[in-house]
Amino acid sequence: MVSELVLRGGTVIRHHDAYRADVRVAEGRIVQVAPSIDATGGARVIDARGCWIGPALVDLHAHLREPGLEAAETIDSGARAAAVGGYGAVVAMPNTEPALDSVALVAFVLARGATTGIDVAVAGAITQGRRGEKLAPIAEMAALGVRLFTDDGAGVASAEVMRRALRYAAPLGVRLAQHCEEPSMVQDGTMNDGPLAGRLGLVGRPALAEELMVLRDLELVRATGAKMHFLHLSTARAIGLVAAARREGLDVTAEVAPHHFTLDESACSDYDPLFKVNPPLRSLADVAALRAALRAGDVDAVATDHAPHAPESKDLAFDEAPAGMLGLEHAAALTLEALGGEEADAHQFFSLLSRRPAAIAQLRAGDARVALSAHGGEVAEGEDANVVVFDPRESWTVDRERLQSRARNTPYHARTLRGRARATIVRGRLVAYDGEAL
Amino acid sequence: MMDSLRGQNLLDLGELSRSALIEVLDTAESFVEVNRRVVKKVPALKGRVVASLFFEESTRTRLSFETAAKRLSADVLSLAVASSSVKKGESLKDTIATIEALGIDAVVMRHRSSGAAVQVARFVPHVRVINAGDGLHQHPTQGLLDAFTLRSVLAERRGERGRDTGAELFAGLRVLIVGDIRHSRVARSDVDAYVGLGATVSLAAPGTLLPEGVEEWPVDVVDDFDESLARADVIGVLRLQHERGTGAFVPSLSEFTATHGLTAARVARLSPETIIMHPGPMNRGVEIDASVADSPASVITRQVANGVPVRMAVLYLSVAGGEGAW
Repeated sequence: MVSELVLRGGTVIRHHDAYRADVRVAEGRIVQVAPSIDATGGARVIDARGCWIGPALVDLHAHLREPGLEAAETIDSGARAAAVGGYGAVVAMPNTEPALDSVALVAFVLARGATTGIDVAVAGAITQGRRGEKLAPIAEMAALGVRLFTDDGAGVASAEVMRRALRYAAPLGVRLAQHCEEPSMVQDGTMNDGPLAGRLGLVGRPALAEELMVLRDLELVRATGAKMHFLHLSTARAIGLVAAARREGLDVTAEVAPHHFTLDESACSDYDPLFKVNPPLRSLADVAALRAALRAGDVDAVATDHAPHAPESKDLAFDEAPAGMLGLEHAAALTLEALGGEEADAHQFFSLLSRRPAAIAQLRAGDARVALSAHGGEVAEGEDANVVVFDPRESWTVDRERLQSRARNTPYHARTLRGRARATIVRGRLVAYDGEAL
Repeated sequence: MMDSLRGQNLLDLGELSRSALIEVLDTAESFVEVNRRVVKKVPALKGRVVASLFFEESTRTRLSFETAAKRLSADVLSLAVASSSVKKGESLKDTIATIEALGIDAVVMRHRSSGAAVQVARFVPHVRVINAGDGLHQHPTQGLLDAFTLRSVLAERRGERGRDTGAELFAGLRVLIVGDIRHSRVARSDVDAYVGLGATVSLAAPGTLLPEGVEEWPVDVVDDFDESLARADVIGVLRLQHERGTGAFVPSLSEFTATHGLTAARVARLSPETIIMHPGPMNRGVEIDASVADSPASVITRQVANGVPVRMAVLYLSVAGGEGAW
């Protein structure tokens, strides 16, 4: 492994400005940012001409499936997929088997994560076994560095359990995150509710189910003074509700997933389970509203909801197949496209994909206890070297057979996208280059 | 839209144009004559293999299809998948790949999941797929045999043969479909068939048993079932599954009967010309009174009898491409 890297010829994207500069990385740090840097001795030079150099991407929402579902993904394969996608850190979701609801399980995932090229943070479960009944040991997990908690896969159904969880979490400084879909309304649902579901004979998951739980939780946040994160919002109204609450001063944050701003419910018309996801793909109007919200800054983050499934599970009938699709390897390109492609605002791109998610996951300062480095910062001397070299013009075609993920369930197979991470550098190490994990 | 079923899959009746629908009805009429012969067999599908794949048990539909295939001289592979390895977690794709490996020309399939036939058609593009009912989605041959029955009855009243009337007897015909529209694949196929042939269709159901987005269907939704009865030339009654009537969708079966059952009292107010239909199997005393089902206005037994010729027509057109001797 070359210990020193020089990124040459790129444009450094800082919070508020951007400028042409070379970047030297050594011993895990950014050691020099200057108009022109000579590569000394054994330094590896990475051609960054035409590329953006920004903080490595941070995903708030990745299902790495380990422990328990290793046929679909492992922490290692998920981390490789992340690295190729430009990510330097991901938050591993707790809906594994068993669920990540104890110190031992969290420690296991953190330890496995530490053997990968990237930083793997963990979201702990809010309730024991994600059953929505009894609180999981939130304080103990927080002491281990966990900063986000969620029962994702489902929301916490009981308003009273959620209220207690928020009260318990508030003084700990951690953030609860919710999968918002009122369970009684989505029991057997497999796609967006509406005329298309009615015609296809598929049971619907109404937008209303999401919006009702968002409304409920906003009131719970107001009542408890806790902070909260809304996972994968998919409807125009849900985003509007959270944005309004934030303007009122509530400490609430929101993410959207690429599939919700690139695909609409009509993708389900052929009953291909690749397009089955929860919350479901929504109407065209919702897709347009999400794209507008991304540009307007009404959502904090793009999060992948990377949900690998073993190939055979997507060969089942639509209503029997599991929900979820891959995300890590194409989220950045899809976000770029939604932000306007070549016209995209690079600052907004890194805000949505790195800076804000890093702040929400509290990865800005890193966490020495669990060997997590600092993410989402400036490309500046002295910072931890978590950097992505992103080429906003590179055109590439998604090939499900060439993904780093163990799974193949991408809904974008054969789609040509623009924008790709040329190099991903984590803690000073080159972990992915030109579409290959190293 | 398909202008002919020849050589095509039958997955969703909404895909068939009016002329394609008429072609099936006309072909079925020819097969009615075959079924009246002493030797009820023609060689149209001789040497072809039709797999009958019922992931969900339905003795009536399965026997009707298998009888139809045999009368066309096809070899029938009947697989009782409802009780086979499929239950042990085998994927739809693996099951169909296994069947395809046996060398089949067509598969007739019933599945509890909406869209399963559409998926299978994608898995085996060289095999013709006939949807024999998928979840809540479609039951195309039921829609066809209902339309066929209706045309036959109306044509007889005018002393004509159905095939000489095309779709003209459906123009202005007022069909009222009542019952559990939401969970009915028959309702969706019936609407496609009747509207496709030019009839005016109304739906009557408790609010909980109407499908989502029904306002976008090419039908009228009536609030007052009793009031709408007088304006119907045809009443299609749907089966209400018992589990829907335990409070989840309607408070009780008896309340459903009171509000939307085709009772003798309601039928007494109808014109004697009104035609009453039911796809079976009936829950007598729930959605339809026994006396109504057995009354002269009922064509329910004709629907059952027409199952075989209509399915022969579907197999003949789809699998043999409408070619071959018979």
